Amino acid sequence: MLKKDSKKIIEKSKPLGWVLEPDAKALMKLQDLDIPDFILTNSFDAADLFLKDCEGPVVAKAVSKKILHKTEHNAVATGIFASDHLKSEMTRLQKLDGCENILVEQMVQGLEIIIGAKNDFQFGPVIVFGIGGTSVEIYNDTAIRMAPIKANDVFSMVESLKARKIIKGYRGKPGVNMEILTNVMIKFSMFVMELENDIESVDLNPVICTKDRCVIADARIMLKRS
Amino acid sequence: MKLKYLFKPSTMAVIGVSTSQDNHPANVIYNKNNLRYPVKTFPVNPKGGILNRETLYQSVGHIKEEIDMAVIAVRAEYVPMVVEQCIKKNIRGAVIISGGFAEVGNFKLQQRLVDIAKEASFPFIGPNCLGIYAPDHVDTFFLPGERIIRPDKGNIGFVSQSGGVLVDQMVKFAGQGIGVSLGVSIGNKAYIRETDMLDWFDQDPGTKAIAFYIEGFEKKEGRKFIQRAEKCSKPVVVLKAGKSKKGIEAVSSHTASLAGDYRVFQEIMKQHCVAEADNEYEFTSFCEALSCYPRGIIGNVGIISLSGGHGVIAADACELHGISLPKIDTETMDTIKEKLSPGVRDIVSLVNPMDLTGSSQDSDIVTTARHLSRDPNVDCILALLIPYSPGVSTDIGAKLSQVARNEGKPMIAYVPNEDKYKIIIEGFELNNIPVASSVEGAVLMAKALMRCRPC
Repeated sequence: MLKKDSKKIIEKSKPLGWVLEPDAKALMKLQDLDIPDFILTNSFDAADLFLKDCEGPVVAKAVSKKILHKTEHNAVATGIFASDHLKSEMTRLQKLDGCENILVEQMVQGLEIIIGAKNDFQFGPVIVFGIGGTSVEIYNDTAIRMAPIKANDVFSMVESLKARKIIKGYRGKPGVNMEILTNVMIKFSMFVMELENDIESVDLNPVICTKDRCVIADARIMLKRS
Repeated sequence: MKLKYLFKPSTMAVIGVSTSQDNHPANVIYNKNNLRYPVKTFPVNPKGGILNRETLYQSVGHIKEEIDMAVIAVRAEYVPMVVEQCIKKNIRGAVIISGGFAEVGNFKLQQRLVDIAKEASFPFIGPNCLGIYAPDHVDTFFLPGERIIRPDKGNIGFVSQSGGVLVDQMVKFAGQGIGVSLGVSIGNKAYIRETDMLDWFDQDPGTKAIAFYIEGFEKKEGRKFIQRAEKCSKPVVVLKAGKSKKGIEAVSSHTASLAGDYRVFQEIMKQHCVAEADNEYEFTSFCEALSCYPRGIIGNVGIISLSGGHGVIAADACELHGISLPKIDTETMDTIKEKLSPGVRDIVSLVNPMDLTGSSQDSDIVTTARHLSRDPNVDCILALLIPYSPGVSTDIGAKLSQVARNEGKPMIAYVPNEDKYKIIIEGFELNNIPVASSVEGAVLMAKALMRCRPC
């Protein structure tokens, strides 16, 4: 059963037609999926404190109901190590159309994959998996399965990609932790099945995969028009 | 749903037979069944009259005998009334040939028809279809017998959304010696749909493989179809049309744009081991291969040829279709070499694809096939038989079939499709070994088995 909190988030987002990134991530967290440490704030001091607590770089993103595709609006700043860099990026992002808050989060590094879902007219919910990032449509190295998926579907999806070697570990680089990836995909597929009547499509892109984590760095949930 | 009377009728009424138009679909259907098929056929026309010295019945109610099935070929607006009469007469189902329903936007009329039929549990095929062709039993296609090429009785159950494609594909089947158990053109599929046909063919002992030509499913119908296909005890082959992306609307997510309608269809068929053929040519090969071998392979093929060139052509085609040519164990090669006749022993190449050369005899081919089948690296044998060499006898088909039966690994043969070589082809086919008429065709048959592999 879908948790009450999840249902609340969905209901709240319906007028907008899609779920804002912080809410989408909260939904993922409720499914026990891994998201980066973050702070949602407009205060530079709070953000700066967060940066100092993080061991590595952070990402800053504008949260705006008017910005669905952040890359196109230049609403994401990556690789921020220094306070002054953070300050200038925050100032810039806050000026973007409809910016309500800045989402500052830990920047996890690893292989970028996409895990998506679509409510298909003929087949109902389907799960998409492939190499992620902003150029997914260009490479289109993806596999699709009907949800709910099983563990062997995850393996066959990886096997069917051109990039399977990269996922398994290539030229000395560690591969993706298949156990964690499988777990994430199955939980995600269950989540999608439960929300079948509410969602149109979901992009978890990128999901950053390393040898010991699969972290959802961005999530976009498009809701059905009622 | 009881479909026995619909697909295996003993008695049939043809409604709409004309006294003035010889070419009327109902007349064609009545004549061919009356003259050439065992089903007892009754002509019906509300106006009555006489056709070919036989009196037409004014309504199915006037027929004294029990009627199993009705073919309805009257104008669309009269169809609901005729269906009601059929229900009253306790007929068990109908083929509705008439057009003029949903396909021309007449949704209300079609819905009325469905409502009447559903309430009475009166299954029907169509409307707007050719209906059914059961070899040696019944044929509701309104195409004059002399115009079409019909496949013999066989073990493929074939369902098509398009009547034209069904007939055309049956011509191709006939050309390749593939037979059908039943061909059904489901037209607008207002009552009986693909999933119902899966139910029917799954339990039909005369059907070994089920083939579909599909244009599209209704909302979430694809999910039902695939769930049924997955439980089906027989291989399912699909040919899909309507693959091109039609005016894609601005999609708001990556996933929606990556997962277009056809890609979703294609991937889900693969996920559930439904063998989707890429084109008509593959479709024919897939049907033939899967009617012989219901279980899939991983796709490690051992090739035996009598000419180096054929082996290389096959190897290229295998690579193109994602089929592997594994290395053959040295032990296997040594055993084969030892048993070959002295004349070829030193000139053959036993590396996969194997070339036994034009000097080989039947015994060399049989020995090689036997031991190659026993090699653990190989899960399918392609036997490319060019019957031109003097050492190859007309018995080679039957002999190799025995090897395949004994060893239990799927074998696929290539023999040129010429009358001269029929005895070889039949040696294979009568023993349930599929024969392709081209090297690529043989490779496509292996691909079919691979598509059918349990995921």
